[in-house]
Amino acid sequence: MISIGIDIGSVCAKAAAFDGEKMHLLMQPTGWNLKKTGEELYRKILRISGGKEEDVVGIIGTGYGRVSIPFATKKITEITCHAKGAKYLNPKARTIIDVGGQDSKAISIDDKGNVLDFIMNDKCAAGTGRFLQVMAHVLEVEVDELEYLAAQSAPRDINSMCAVFAESEVISLLAAGATKESIASGILHSISNKIAHIANRIEIRDLVFFTGGVSKNEQIRAILEKKLKCTIYTHKEAQYAGAIGAALLGYDMKN
Amino acid sequence: MADYRELWQKLGMDLEKHDVLCEVLPQLYGGVYLSQENRPEGMNYYNFVVAEVHGLRIKELDDHKKEGGKVVGTFCVFVPDELILAAGAIGVGLCAGSQFWIEDGEKVLPRNICPLVKAFMGAKLSGTCPYFQSCDMIIGETTCDAKKKAWEILDDYVDTYVMDLPQMKREKDHKKWAEEIYDLKEKLEKLTGNTITEEKLHEAIKLCNRKRIALQRLYNARKALDVPISGKDALLISQIAFYDNPERFIEMTNKLCDELEERIEKGISVNKKGDKRILISGTPMAVPNWKMHHIVENSGAVVVAEETCTGTRYFENLVDESPTTMDGMINALADRYLKINCACFTPNKGREEDIIRLAKEYKADGVIYNCLQFCHTYNIEYTNVEKALKEAGIPVLFIESDYSNDDVGQIQTRVEAFLEMLG
Repeated sequence: MISIGIDIGSVCAKAAAFDGEKMHLLMQPTGWNLKKTGEELYRKILRISGGKEEDVVGIIGTGYGRVSIPFATKKITEITCHAKGAKYLNPKARTIIDVGGQDSKAISIDDKGNVLDFIMNDKCAAGTGRFLQVMAHVLEVEVDELEYLAAQSAPRDINSMCAVFAESEVISLLAAGATKESIASGILHSISNKIAHIANRIEIRDLVFFTGGVSKNEQIRAILEKKLKCTIYTHKEAQYAGAIGAALLGYDMKN
Repeated sequence: MADYRELWQKLGMDLEKHDVLCEVLPQLYGGVYLSQENRPEGMNYYNFVVAEVHGLRIKELDDHKKEGGKVVGTFCVFVPDELILAAGAIGVGLCAGSQFWIEDGEKVLPRNICPLVKAFMGAKLSGTCPYFQSCDMIIGETTCDAKKKAWEILDDYVDTYVMDLPQMKREKDHKKWAEEIYDLKEKLEKLTGNTITEEKLHEAIKLCNRKRIALQRLYNARKALDVPISGKDALLISQIAFYDNPERFIEMTNKLCDELEERIEKGISVNKKGDKRILISGTPMAVPNWKMHHIVENSGAVVVAEETCTGTRYFENLVDESPTTMDGMINALADRYLKINCACFTPNKGREEDIIRLAKEYKADGVIYNCLQFCHTYNIEYTNVEKALKEAGIPVLFIESDYSNDDVGQIQTRVEAFLEMLG
């Protein structure tokens, strides 16, 4: 008996297969053809799990691309899935901060991983991975390099919350001779401010767990800890939280 | 629809631009409304009203004007329709709910203000709303800063009279509001050349009460566990109440209610067992703003009531019909209208109580607080409403949005997650 969760995010598509004991994981870029990506992920994760088609008891689609998975047995929002997934990765998690490619959210959960409350960003790139992508592009570096650069300098202030305005602000800073390092640091502070702003709108209870692609950035986690005055935990597989939660929910439905 | 081009031309409309608007509506209405299953038969009347939205009713206004009658436009549930009717004029609640008008509104207004204000300005400036074009006068009010300042600009295009609505509910505010109603009476008498007699006003009070009772009856039907009508349809009826002929509206709505009550008895409903019941609370939804209802009802839930100006705030509380002197009636009007709990008042505890009461009356599983972008009063008031609802154990989701469609996906995700959270 295998349950499969597929989380199609705006940048990365993730899959998880759960057989009641083991959780198998896989990730690939979302690309432009969401339907094809979903099908590919399904085939590959099934192979990795060593299971057969007839063993599959449920395929749960989640993430913004969940509507593009026609073969899913059920679609569940990333909020509910992240709650379950985070709880699986850290059973003590009660507050989840998830920052993905195009959205950021804070979720309050109970000890069973049920959602109690949540808040999500509006139609705006600030406080999302997209903000980092845009800024990295202006600095002509890779997104992953921002963390390394930022570690070497105090931040320059970037006041604009809006990604478009922040972009012109960064260009002005470059023109004024600011170093890439100080701007990179400023960028990480700026996105952290916005994430903290979202998180502050719900009740933050211990333990705070950071998921989504941006959770890989240690600097952002450290800045957030200072701003929210709490310890923030993450997990090397935190980016898979949505897919894991989806697989778990599919498994639970059959039990 | 018959050919109304000549009539529109006479009203000074931009026909080419109006054609573009007319193309959008049938498609939108078809997708949102006609695609619904198991609608009550009685909705056919409202389908017809929408199909003729810029036609038949405009012709009725024109006929009235040909006989020397006046048409008065309003934007707010605080403006007493009773006086307009008693003066022999026709009142139309103007809609301002379309993204179509935003661009023209932004020609004279800043971008970062409420879409409703930008849309009504755009509707007038672009000459694409035949209701607006039919108006001899607009009655504005001071319910928010954006409207207050927009009237000054609108006055260049159409005669705009402003009622100064108090923002507190003390004895002296009540007195002041009664004076404002008196002033409006004089203004309307001047505009129409008709005297508002005690008899005429009393008739108008009774007529408006009957309309409120019809709407109350409609909303009562939605309290049933087997909901006989979709939230979308009920919202549409509330919206139409603002501009339809009152007598006809009352008759058709009561007819629909007969059918709804029969459906309840037979257990015919638009919802399935277990579908979540949602109360929507917040800013007005003007035609054709059906965005939130459409999202909620597409996600497998049913909207059971609206605590909005296009909902309960429009028809709750009747005007006391016992006074028959002018002073008595004006006081009764002031009484009833000042009971409306709009976020423009401070303090506004009554609204928190209303939302909690309505959530219980309509057996709502959760509340969606729907706020138009840049509506500061409703936006800020959310903090206290959220607190009160959480204390009462009622789950609530906040959504801030405008008339555009770019955030539908994100709102859909939030609404679905909220419904999942409700279990």
